[in-house]
Amino acid sequence: MTNKKRIIISSALIVLLFGGLWVMELTMNTASMLFVVLKKGAIYALLVAAINLLQGFTGLFSLGEAGFMLLGAYTFAIFTIPVEMRENIYQYYDGGLVQFTIPVWAALILGGLVAAFFAFLIGFVVLKLKSDYLAIATLGFAEILRAIFQWDKLGVITNGSNILRSFPGFSSVLFPFGVVGLCLAAMMLLINSSYGRAYKAMRDDEIAAEAMGINLFKTKLQAFVISSFFAGIGGGLLAMYQLTVKASTFTAALSDELLLIAVIGGIGSITGSVLASFLYIAANEWWLRFLDQETFIGAFKIPLLRSGFRKVVFSVIIMLIVLFYRRGLMGTREFSITGIYEKITAFIKKKKAAKGGAGK
Amino acid sequence: MNEFLLMGMAEISGGGFFQAIAGFFQTNLPYILAGISVGGQYALIAIGYTMVYGILRLVNFAHGDVFMTAGLICFYISTVSPLIISLPLTVLFTVALGFTIEKVAYKPLRNAPRTSAMISALGMSYLIQNLALYITGGLSKQYPQIPFISNSVTIWGATTKMVTVVTPILVILLVVALVTLIKYTKIGMAMRSVADDFETSRLMGIKIDNVISMTFIIGTFLASIGSMLYFTNYTAIVPSSGAMPGLKAFVAAVFGGIGSIPGAVIGAFLIGICENIIKGLGWTTFSDAFTFALLIIVLIFMPSGLFGEKKTDKV
Amino acid sequence: MKKLLSLVLICALALSFASCGGGGKADEKIVYIGVNEPATGESGAGGKQETLGIEYANFVQPTIDIAGETYQVKLVIVDNETDTAKCPSVAQSLVSAGCSVVLGAYGSALCIASGPTFEAAGIPCIGISCTNPQVTLGNSYYFRICFLDTFQGKVLADYAYETLKARNIYCLAELGDDYSVGLVNYFMEEFKALGGNIVANETYPVGNSDYTSYIANAAKLKADCFFAPINIEPAALLIEQSNAQGLAMPLLAGDTWDSNVIAEAAKGTNLNIAFSTFFYSEVNDTTKQFTEGFKKWLKDNPDKLTANGGNDTVAAVSPLGYDSYFVALEAIKAADSKDSKAINDALWNVTYSGVTGSVAFDKNGDVDKDAIFMVGVDTATGAFKFITEQSAAK
Repeated sequence: MTNKKRIIISSALIVLLFGGLWVMELTMNTASMLFVVLKKGAIYALLVAAINLLQGFTGLFSLGEAGFMLLGAYTFAIFTIPVEMRENIYQYYDGGLVQFTIPVWAALILGGLVAAFFAFLIGFVVLKLKSDYLAIATLGFAEILRAIFQWDKLGVITNGSNILRSFPGFSSVLFPFGVVGLCLAAMMLLINSSYGRAYKAMRDDEIAAEAMGINLFKTKLQAFVISSFFAGIGGGLLAMYQLTVKASTFTAALSDELLLIAVIGGIGSITGSVLASFLYIAANEWWLRFLDQETFIGAFKIPLLRSGFRKVVFSVIIMLIVLFYRRGLMGTREFSITGIYEKITAFIKKKKAAKGGAGK
Repeated sequence: MNEFLLMGMAEISGGGFFQAIAGFFQTNLPYILAGISVGGQYALIAIGYTMVYGILRLVNFAHGDVFMTAGLICFYISTVSPLIISLPLTVLFTVALGFTIEKVAYKPLRNAPRTSAMISALGMSYLIQNLALYITGGLSKQYPQIPFISNSVTIWGATTKMVTVVTPILVILLVVALVTLIKYTKIGMAMRSVADDFETSRLMGIKIDNVISMTFIIGTFLASIGSMLYFTNYTAIVPSSGAMPGLKAFVAAVFGGIGSIPGAVIGAFLIGICENIIKGLGWTTFSDAFTFALLIIVLIFMPSGLFGEKKTDKV
Repeated sequence: MKKLLSLVLICALALSFASCGGGGKADEKIVYIGVNEPATGESGAGGKQETLGIEYANFVQPTIDIAGETYQVKLVIVDNETDTAKCPSVAQSLVSAGCSVVLGAYGSALCIASGPTFEAAGIPCIGISCTNPQVTLGNSYYFRICFLDTFQGKVLADYAYETLKARNIYCLAELGDDYSVGLVNYFMEEFKALGGNIVANETYPVGNSDYTSYIANAAKLKADCFFAPINIEPAALLIEQSNAQGLAMPLLAGDTWDSNVIAEAAKGTNLNIAFSTFFYSEVNDTTKQFTEGFKKWLKDNPDKLTANGGNDTVAAVSPLGYDSYFVALEAIKAADSKDSKAINDALWNVTYSGVTGSVAFDKNGDVDKDAIFMVGVDTATGAFKFITEQSAAK
């Protein structure tokens, strides 16, 4: 397949996807859970891909994603709450210190930058540590960030431990798809560039990579900062989806959840992360919700179904994947148009050959 | 909020030296007592972390949740049987649980990359918490009152539970027993050897699987004892009860030098006491964050902790 | 095999795209009422009791007449896990189920987190025991049938100052919990205005289990009253540990403490506990009648009794939940439609006299309830005892 052909097909698919979403939003009931799945799924896709960039492509085990999301979400919220609402929301802090707003896109990027900046500082300290110590240290930093954001002395900016709200949300499902799409595209470009190859080399063998002239610390720091930038943007998007932000919800459990989704999708596959995110959110928020409802068929009560069962089923599935399908849905493969095209052409050729053979 | 500290200080400047020390202690005694008590309980969990990490190089994230499960097991058994039966049964079931987790979640991954085992530990922790949530219906369970150790006692003007006094004594007894076991018995020797060099020990004919199982059994045994003491103090059990104590115990293990049992115990006591004094100073928002700040400082400036051996990575 | 699995999953995703439709079908004779309550997590116990009140009301009055036809009223109950991050999705699941009106939630933080989703969908919500003023402020779809913390804080401060004769108060709230932080704030304002002194205002992190330091702080600062309007589960721990440490001062709290979990924890202790609440069963015939009926219903349904905490103590949130259901029915009747917008418009003019007092909404969507009950715990028997009824007019 030629390069030109590939570009045409990819752009056609993208136009088709966005066109399809646009038509869906116009024609379908937007109260449906489908749109929750689409919005939240897209956001999770970005967050999980950001984790995967570290875990799957660089070999850095980080459990601090929630901390960077918190930075992105708070930055976004602080700079987009309408000025007239501040008196109300910052009620214990005389309306807060920030008395202006910036556009949504700028706030999202700023959120990413703030997260990246903190990642730079934190990375400088922790990236010398080895795998599991690194995980624990990043987790620790996320917890410290959470405590700082809940500190009442900073309340004029963060509103202390109280909730932030009234900032803009999504007007259309196209917005999160657009932002996430751009970020994922940037991530793919990065992975396929010489930087990405350096990451993979480092993941596979640090010592060999160093011998090849890769500066380990610099490369690790770069990957950590970039991943956190995307986590920050994802945090901002999550804030837009939830319409409220509160530091106490960005717990270590959230980082764990995202990491486990990355495992389901396949550590080392961005498209796997995207696929797993949509599946996870769809199952969790929509398809499997019935597991939490006590259900009767006539007078017969279906056993086991009650509040909490959904989570049990989920954790069992995750354990099964961790133990028996360690490569996840996609392994390290990527879903690509070229790959599919080649498979189809190969299939057609094979059939043709078989037909030709039979005709003789 | 420094008036807390000042009060103690004021008394120091007021009287003679010994009186002053006594005065300071008396004002801060409730915090120190609470710190010793919770520190001892962290210590019992921390030993499980440090032993498993020493041998498998695995942060057993599910250990804190096993500790919580021990509390739940005790709650459920004690609803049908008297404490004299339910306490030993709790220990038995918890140990069985720890043993099973190792066989199910970690043994199949022994030759996989280290991150796989760690992800498996995270998944196991997630599974245990969710199972607990499902079984308890999401409501907290009231831990049964264990006679004697739940009684109130007054020490030097500060009222507390008997468990505060019992904990440090019990911890020291258990640690002495454990150190003796590791030093003088055959299985203990095997453990030390495996911790030192996994591959060579295997070649020397040590049954690695037995050693690892034994490690998990000892770790969960101590965690179940720890849970009895901890939940006698903090009587409500919720599915996330084990998460924070677990993390703090792990920090204690790192602080004391991973692999070192006395190190873990001393680290745990220090963390417990510091945490409570910080609360006493009015910095309540940062009492958890302090533990993690300590962890990061230790990891960066003295990665081998207080008592750990310095190890270099082999190529 | 794995390919097949992924293929099946993708097909499932595609299928559900196709099969996606709205919730309730228009031709069915059913009105859906959403119940957005925590059944698990820190407020699980209270949320369950509130839900029980609603379920009992649904049992008492399962149908409604709209435009001359009888409709079944069906409850759609969801669990928001006491987690503000889960609220938007849970709220959306109620929207997607086609609920005409939503009841709940227990806890102001959860209401504030769910509010925007319902507002965007144009579905009215009736808050049941969320007392923070921020819940209804600036949200024209959120109503509430209980008193506000501004009022509750004032009554509690009066009570502490006049009845308990306290002058130095230690306050404890949960970090990031809009309810306890707000109530402590209003309480402190009023108490200072009365001339009292706040010795400390501290917070503990979510999920904390060690309260000994806070108790020691209160004793050290020579407080003469411990004000802790915190959630049920932490409160049970606080009571237990206060008793173990021999806390000498009275414990004062807000409406969350009206729960059998608290009664259970306080049983056999030497503490002096008082809290303010919405409801007391022995006030008049209506309340007595409700209590009798509710207890009987609990007895007939063992799983409901379990959800109530294993005994038939009536928590104040149950009658409040019961009232909220009937307020919703009144609004549907007044709108004569199950359309959310029409119900929302009708709610502003609804008046209803329930077991917890009369309901009529002001311009914020709040009610002007001027009665509040101070209740204590008889620590010998573990039963609640009526102390006094206070009103704001004082």
